[in-house]
Amino acid sequence: MKDSGTYKPLTYFQLMEVSLRELLVEKGLLTEEQIRKEVADMSGRTPERGAKVVARAWLNSGFKKRLLENGTKACEELGLDVPALKLVVVENTPQVHNVIVCTLCSCYPRMLLGIPPDWYKSRAYRSRMVREPRAVLQEFGLRLSDEIQVRVHDSTADMRYLVLPMRPALTEGWSEERLAALVTRDSMIGVATPRSPGKNP
Amino acid sequence: MTQAKYRVGERVRVMKAYPPGHLRTPFYIRGQAGTVERICGAFPNPEELAQMRDGLPPQPLYRVRFLQKDVWPDYQGSAADVVEIEIFQHWLEKA
Repeated sequence: MKDSGTYKPLTYFQLMEVSLRELLVEKGLLTEEQIRKEVADMSGRTPERGAKVVARAWLNSGFKKRLLENGTKACEELGLDVPALKLVVVENTPQVHNVIVCTLCSCYPRMLLGIPPDWYKSRAYRSRMVREPRAVLQEFGLRLSDEIQVRVHDSTADMRYLVLPMRPALTEGWSEERLAALVTRDSMIGVATPRSPGKNP
Repeated sequence: MTQAKYRVGERVRVMKAYPPGHLRTPFYIRGQAGTVERICGAFPNPEELAQMRDGLPPQPLYRVRFLQKDVWPDYQGSAADVVEIEIFQHWLEKA
């Protein structure tokens, strides 16, 4: 097969990653196999894990109560191991809208949502979400009335946060799997609401 | 483990200090008063961990709720809007 790709030199951070990785292997601190496995595990974690948690909470009020009390423990019930992660789940209601940011770096519940989107790590999101959350939410297409309290959670230390969005209307009798398909990554960060059932195949 | 000094619902103020080093207390919240929302447990002090020390004894960590209109004098939005932040005990004093 003819390779007609174009080649660009490595960027600064790519070069740093390669150098660090090769050094770690050379010094015997990690093996290539361990690194490959960690990368594979990382890409295996997707927002579907978080969606499962949300759908279960919508269906089971006992689970929801436990989830809001101790997120880490409740996730274990679903076989979702969240080691070294103290999970705080915050619930959206008709009166309260929650949104997550990490102003200091880019803390994110990776065990439940996977790798964060680039905008989550951007300086603009991180500085503006605490300063003018309503304006930023509007840019995401979420216009909130002044009657609704906006709670911004700045993930500064050892906790990780997940928003429990409100269950969409007209989903009575739906299975957990069907409900989970409505739960988007952005709705669990708090910059969107779940898909509406009409748009779901 | 260092004992937790503050209770849920208690008013606290974040110290207005600017020590050097790695910190987990954002600049924008220093000097602000808020209410303890919950006690998260106790965790090794990140400022010590950053210096390659063990960070022990673990320090109580709180989630503190601040009114946005207190934090940003020109805040645009509801007067009820809040920001909630994790703050280590050694950064707090009674408000």
